[in-house]
Amino acid sequence: MKDDAAQRHILPLNLYLAVGSALLVLTVITVAVAQMDFGPMNLLIAMGIAVVKATLVAMFFMHLKYDNRIYMLVFVGSLLFLAVFIIFTMFDTLRRGDIYEEIAEPYLKEAVIYRTAETTTASSHPAADSSQTAIKTETETETSEQ
Amino acid sequence: MSQTTEHPAHLQHHFSDVHQQAESAKLGMWIFLLTEVLLFGGLFCFYAIYRSWNPEMFHNAHAFLNVWMGATNTVVLIVSSLTMALAIRSMQLGKRKLTMWFLAGTVFLACVFMVIKYFEYSHKIHLGQLPGKWYFFEGIAGTNPHIFFSAYFLMTGLHGFHVLGGIAVITWLFIKTARGSFSPEYYTPIEMTGLYWHLVDLIWIFLFPLFYLIG
Amino acid sequence: MEHTIPEKHYLNEATGWKSWLMTLDHKRIGILYMIMVMFSFFLAGVFALLIRWELLSPDKIFMGPEMYNQAFSLHGIIMIFLFIIPSIPAILGNFVMPLMIGAKDVAFPRLNLASWYIYVIGFCFAVYALFAGGIDTGWTFYTPYSSESTTAVIPILTAAFVLGFSSIFTGLNFIVTIHRLRAPGMTWFQLPLFVWAIYATALIQVLATPVLGITLALLMLERVVGIGIFDPAMGGDPVLFQHFFWFYSHPAVYIMILPGMGIISELIATFSHRRIFGYKFIAFSSLGIAFTGFLVWGHHMFVSGQSDLAAVIFSFLTFFVGIPSGIKILNWIATMYKGSISLDSPMLWALSFLILFSIGGFTGIVLGTLSIDVHLHDTYFVVSHFHYVMVGGTVMAIFGGLHYWWPKIWGRMYNETLARIAVVMIFVGFNVTFFVQFIMGTQGMPRRYATYLPQFQGMHGFSSIGALIMGVGFLLIAIYLIHAIFRGKPAGPNPWKSLTMEWETPSPPTAGNFEGQPVLEHGPYDYDKVIPENSLKPYKTL
Repeated sequence: MKDDAAQRHILPLNLYLAVGSALLVLTVITVAVAQMDFGPMNLLIAMGIAVVKATLVAMFFMHLKYDNRIYMLVFVGSLLFLAVFIIFTMFDTLRRGDIYEEIAEPYLKEAVIYRTAETTTASSHPAADSSQTAIKTETETETSEQ
Repeated sequence: MSQTTEHPAHLQHHFSDVHQQAESAKLGMWIFLLTEVLLFGGLFCFYAIYRSWNPEMFHNAHAFLNVWMGATNTVVLIVSSLTMALAIRSMQLGKRKLTMWFLAGTVFLACVFMVIKYFEYSHKIHLGQLPGKWYFFEGIAGTNPHIFFSAYFLMTGLHGFHVLGGIAVITWLFIKTARGSFSPEYYTPIEMTGLYWHLVDLIWIFLFPLFYLIG
Repeated sequence: MEHTIPEKHYLNEATGWKSWLMTLDHKRIGILYMIMVMFSFFLAGVFALLIRWELLSPDKIFMGPEMYNQAFSLHGIIMIFLFIIPSIPAILGNFVMPLMIGAKDVAFPRLNLASWYIYVIGFCFAVYALFAGGIDTGWTFYTPYSSESTTAVIPILTAAFVLGFSSIFTGLNFIVTIHRLRAPGMTWFQLPLFVWAIYATALIQVLATPVLGITLALLMLERVVGIGIFDPAMGGDPVLFQHFFWFYSHPAVYIMILPGMGIISELIATFSHRRIFGYKFIAFSSLGIAFTGFLVWGHHMFVSGQSDLAAVIFSFLTFFVGIPSGIKILNWIATMYKGSISLDSPMLWALSFLILFSIGGFTGIVLGTLSIDVHLHDTYFVVSHFHYVMVGGTVMAIFGGLHYWWPKIWGRMYNETLARIAVVMIFVGFNVTFFVQFIMGTQGMPRRYATYLPQFQGMHGFSSIGALIMGVGFLLIAIYLIHAIFRGKPAGPNPWKSLTMEWETPSPPTAGNFEGQPVLEHGPYDYDKVIPENSLKPYKTL
């Protein structure tokens, strides 16, 4: 039936085994490479290998290479919007404190749960920590200058 | 044209032919995978931001993850993806028993994954490497190490939850295959579940280096 | 010409509550949604009237500040999650869209029914939350207050989470339906613009709602488990919650308006008896709105403490979002030019939309301007802006659409005189309520405040009168529309003489929609080529 033929694109067994083997080899490589240090490139290399593995899974196991292009469009589209989400949020989170130093890190560097009984006697207010005192001294100097 | 193929039992009345039905199912499943990408994506964003704010802590904390268990789990999922793909291929070729073997293999490997995860989790719980305010482990240098474990448990937890879902569905497929519900003309549920399972594998392919291999 | 109700149609082909609760018919599912969604509109409307009553005086009339916080939170949550987001897609998208594309049903009828049940579960969680302590965080659930509020936060978050799935599945269903189940000959550019709008909306639904899901889940974990990701005392960042929240909630406002715009395209074309001007521009602008809507969420966060770089980028991108909307408005006006315009009640709703949405849209651009928003953020200017687009835009469109398709859904026509009175009441009442709120906002009246400075009392009083007029207007609509279901005059298959495919079925349609597979014979706006009649002509089938 012409309907069945369209669906019946059966990939050869060897192709599946080859892709599976490639994925296992890449896993070995990524673990091995992680033992070496390439500085800031570490993340890029690890993600690069992961992307290659993901592409193999998507193209062959998930049949994207052989199917109607719309499915690839759907998949790539999801990644694109995810990228927008992460990148635009990081426009905020990585660039705070560009103009005012004090707002660079609004969170406690040493969370309340790490404080032992002695150190918490100083103040129970979580906002009273080192990053906040910078603002206080700023305002103090402002008022003293006036 | 034989009678059965003109209006097969599995053709739903609102579709004009099996091809339209199969392609609709596939588009529907890919859109569902898109929503899963965005769902997990929220957690990847969370990871990215907190790692960018605490790069050293993430590096120090990750050392407490067992690379070999993580790598084994990666291998397990990759092989399970292979068995799933081969299950579909077997049904395309009409080999019912072989399909059942591959489906069973996939379920078995998925269970192995969960068992390894169980050991990893219980070890961390024992040590106090827990998310948020439950954290009580000492020995990780850096700012706010509990954040690493919040991310770890959230992401691997949600992933594990999806593995469990996959185990349930693939088991159901196994039963239906045993009953003869599928054929080379109709194996759409196996194919769609395969897509889901490959996505579960895909997500782990990224989780593994992000948690276990921070250089 | 006298029309009769056909003997067998989708409403009477099976009877009994089981035939409704287990139905797979998209038309019946649309009606099931209509009941729940319009009830939610009524419920949230009651909260609105309570708010406007309390605001008649700066002193407490019957609600103290805690109660008031609950009132505006519940008004917002119910209106947004239970009413406006599902409204047009779930009711009219379900009922009309398959008919418009010549399909027998949606792609996944069982998923469609499941979506309704999921909605009902979400509704139940919300009602439970009402009685379990209410909610006072505002519909935006900002941390850190939402992590700590002693009200029923978890139940209401669960409600929103569950409702999100209903939205996702509906969107998924519609995308596949529109891609795969179009009638032969109906290419993408032969689709009615309502279908393009529903399609663009569905794209947003599937892309944005999962992020809402993870956001609400994280907030629930924050409350229950104490993971501290939004808590500065734990090294977390409360502004991160806002990023997560608005990544969904900004595109969500386009989920709210796009289907409304789709309805307006149909109304303007039909009641101007003219081909829509700039069809492709309107179609692509729907996609344009859907896409650009994802790039601007930070304009809700200008004063949150986000970086100045992010603020500038988001403000800049926000200006682009207005362009596709502007294109639509201009094309609709151009469609009316030299058209043969009938001022039937659906058209009056559409005209109201054109005026009110334009005001709402322009004030959105005002708020998108970073330097101005710093002063107008969290004032009544914002409240007025979003009510102009949501009520002046979407609600006008919903009621226009309900009136337009009411004869198709029930086979009977409503009372036109009462309908015209109602639309005028709503238009007048709405402007009386909300125009002064722009002024109050610029004079500094903050939003979400139970009390205010004495100088605002006059404007608040004026605003509350408008709310009362609107309330009465909506009540009137409910009365004559429900009356029409049982006692209206039979309307015939095509009372408005439109050219889209749903009007080629009887009113009400048969359960299977069409006899055989219909084939496209003319475009949806071929008013210059075809003269439509209010009668059933045999259509071409495969």
